[in-house]
Amino acid sequence: MFDDFFIRALFAGIGVAFVTGPLGCFVVWRRLSYFGDTLAHSALLGVTIAFSLEFSIALSVFITSSVVALFLIQLQKKTNLPGDALLGLLAHSSLGVGLVAIGFLSFIRFDVMGLLFGDILAVNVNDLLVIWIGGALILIILKLIWKPLFASTVNYELAEAEGLNPERAKAIFTLLMAAIIAISIKMIGLLLITGMLIIPAAMARNVSNSPKGMIVFSVIGGLLSVFLGLFSSLNFNTPSGPSIIVAALMLFIISLFRIKQTIKLKN
Amino acid sequence: MSDENNILVRLKDAGIRQNDKWLVKGVSLEVNKGKIVTLIGPNGSGKSTTAKIALGIYKEYDGSVEKFTNKIGYVPQKISIDWTLPLRVADFMVLTDDLARSDINEALKLTGVDHLIDKSLGNLSGGEFQRVLLARAISRKPELLVLDEPVQGVDFSGEIALYQLIKKISEKLNCGILLISHDLHTVMSATDHVVCLNGHVCCSGSPIDVANDKEYKALFGDLASQTLSIYEHKHDHVHSNDGDLKQKN
Repeated sequence: MFDDFFIRALFAGIGVAFVTGPLGCFVVWRRLSYFGDTLAHSALLGVTIAFSLEFSIALSVFITSSVVALFLIQLQKKTNLPGDALLGLLAHSSLGVGLVAIGFLSFIRFDVMGLLFGDILAVNVNDLLVIWIGGALILIILKLIWKPLFASTVNYELAEAEGLNPERAKAIFTLLMAAIIAISIKMIGLLLITGMLIIPAAMARNVSNSPKGMIVFSVIGGLLSVFLGLFSSLNFNTPSGPSIIVAALMLFIISLFRIKQTIKLKN
Repeated sequence: MSDENNILVRLKDAGIRQNDKWLVKGVSLEVNKGKIVTLIGPNGSGKSTTAKIALGIYKEYDGSVEKFTNKIGYVPQKISIDWTLPLRVADFMVLTDDLARSDINEALKLTGVDHLIDKSLGNLSGGEFQRVLLARAISRKPELLVLDEPVQGVDFSGEIALYQLIKKISEKLNCGILLISHDLHTVMSATDHVVCLNGHVCCSGSPIDVANDKEYKALFGDLASQTLSIYEHKHDHVHSNDGDLKQKN
């Protein structure tokens, strides 16, 4: 069944969409989109390390992104620079370092475009296992930290006062972000992963009125984007990552009509 | 002052310093089961800060804080819900605890907003939102309630009802309440112990003791003498003959 590259890509995309749906909602709620970008950019360095040490790409990306996230938290504590400047600093310098490192690895043939924008041809059965097992783990952990994470998203002090330990939940969530980037990089590409997190969640916000409803719509939106994107990638020979993102964007635009109606109703 | 078994939280000489400036300093107080302790004081006197020290929100502080319960209900002074987060009253009620639908309904009924359960939090008025906040805090049946200006934005008759409710809750649940208010007349009638803050503890004791204290009078001046006077509302508009309201300049 998984002999066909398209079936493999489809299943990989489905697995990714199930995880980016709920995580993406938190990215939107907690205003972490640029943070997601920074982690994703640092993934390039992780890929380079994986190739030069002949190491698993997903694991290497996960570790690199986690280290960058920890580094960022330290920088936030120790410097007076605003958060977005620090994010920009880390995002672009890790992308720069990653690309320079690729330049040195001339003995390996690299598909940089595939890394940046995703490549459905590159998904093998092994990657499928990583996506589905890794994705299931991410969702289980997210379920476990749901209460403190969600409560502190609404109001940090309330969560802290009522004994939920939001600081720990935040740290674990950061690792989950690194993990989703690690498992979806081959599929969507590191420049577009944050899009896959944010766009379906933004679409979902327009059509839902409760947090769980938003997560459900976000997952549905992600799945639809994967289907539409991959089919168009197959038929029109477009790169898979951008095609998925364009599909997600179209769904978002359609959802805007719905919000227009609700605003009209309110008035 | 009290039986050791009844104590819920005790601050000893607690204070917090930020950039070499004391936000609040040398606060000692304790909250016991079934008792209401009220913090009063002018803006910036450290009332909310003191409450946050007691709650454990601040990790670095001077002095000592001992907490003897983990069942805490908190009504923060300010809370803003972002539009990006769709949240109904029903979702907000189970924010920190899983509660039965009947408990949620009961708490909302007590504060008079059970009809709003499926409304979106962003569409509530200030007073309605405040009632939901209070309902959420009491629905968990906490041992310690910390209420930071719990009736702000509530209409006057509602204000009295909510203060009576707070008193009733402390008796029914036998929980201790740390209340922050600038509303002197209600404070004086419903409280067991008053702590008057102005960066440090000016005076503390029973409401009558505090009302007679020199420092309290110095701090609140005219306001203090109004404590027992009837409620006066300030007119910011005039009534014209045809019943229309006009804004006063």
